Amino acid sequence: MQDALTIAGKSYQSRLLVGTGKYRDFQQTADALDASGCEIVTVAIRRVNLGQTAGEPNLLDFLPKNRYTLLPNTAGCYSADDAVRTLRLARELLDDHRLVKLEVLGDPNNLYPNMRETLKAAETLVKEGFDVMVYTSDDPIAARELEQIGCCAIMPLASLIGSGMGILNPWNLQLIIEQANVPVLVDAGVGTASDAAIGMELGCDGVLMNTAIAAAQDPVRMARAMKLAVEAGREAHLAGRMPRRFYSATPSSPLEGVISSRKG
Amino acid sequence: MTTLIINGETRQFDEIGTLDALIDTLALRGKRIAIEHNGEIVPRSQHAHTRLCDGDTLEVVVAVGGG
Repeated sequence: MQDALTIAGKSYQSRLLVGTGKYRDFQQTADALDASGCEIVTVAIRRVNLGQTAGEPNLLDFLPKNRYTLLPNTAGCYSADDAVRTLRLARELLDDHRLVKLEVLGDPNNLYPNMRETLKAAETLVKEGFDVMVYTSDDPIAARELEQIGCCAIMPLASLIGSGMGILNPWNLQLIIEQANVPVLVDAGVGTASDAAIGMELGCDGVLMNTAIAAAQDPVRMARAMKLAVEAGREAHLAGRMPRRFYSATPSSPLEGVISSRKG
Repeated sequence: MTTLIINGETRQFDEIGTLDALIDTLALRGKRIAIEHNGEIVPRSQHAHTRLCDGDTLEVVVAVGGG
């Protein structure tokens, strides 16, 4: 596989990971995932709706099992204990599934991660054999500690979850990317295709997004835009951009042979 | 009467035996669910062997859309 993204020993061709929340219906979810070309999709774990569940469609029925690697998350958990319990349930639900997305939140308004609880949960989960992709603040020290604990991917926020504010601190992302020996993925904050491309140009190994696609006017079309943006950003990163020249231009066309009466 | 706390709700049942029987009572048969019983995960293979007692706490979860 050419230029594959390898996470916890498994290789993926797509570097775009997509969430399954906030779509109009399951069909639109499936169509957007298809258009995005993603191979890893996040799902949330929630209490079953008791009483009126008969015949109610389930998300998993719309996701072809062999096509996507499911990534159960701990969205909505505010303590290490709740996050660990949620992922133990996910492992049972998904037949001994080990790849998970850990996020432990610290504030219901800004959804910023609680890093102390995140680190605590990561330690427990790694010990229990989970492959932990971890949502983190863009603090390079926290990122390094999460890698030392044994997380298989570090996923710093670009800006707040669902904000669509784009990449607010490329400098911190770059610090994290440069020191990491595991994949670094931008998780949260992407608003449009250029944000995803910038993340990839910085050297991120992938981008995880949900709202940027689901809340677009045309989610399926935006999913395709994101696929192209992630590919373009990756290619640009590998190609290596030209150096920036400040305060001086260089012409692209030959200087000689211009028909002109201009002297010297 | 048996009282169970399921997903944070207190519910009363005339007669309840095993976890497997409760799955039928709650019309959850055939659904992809996972169950925690008094804080411990109960593997699917153990549903029929897990007896429920008055006051037990259960969490029953499914996968839903999310980022």
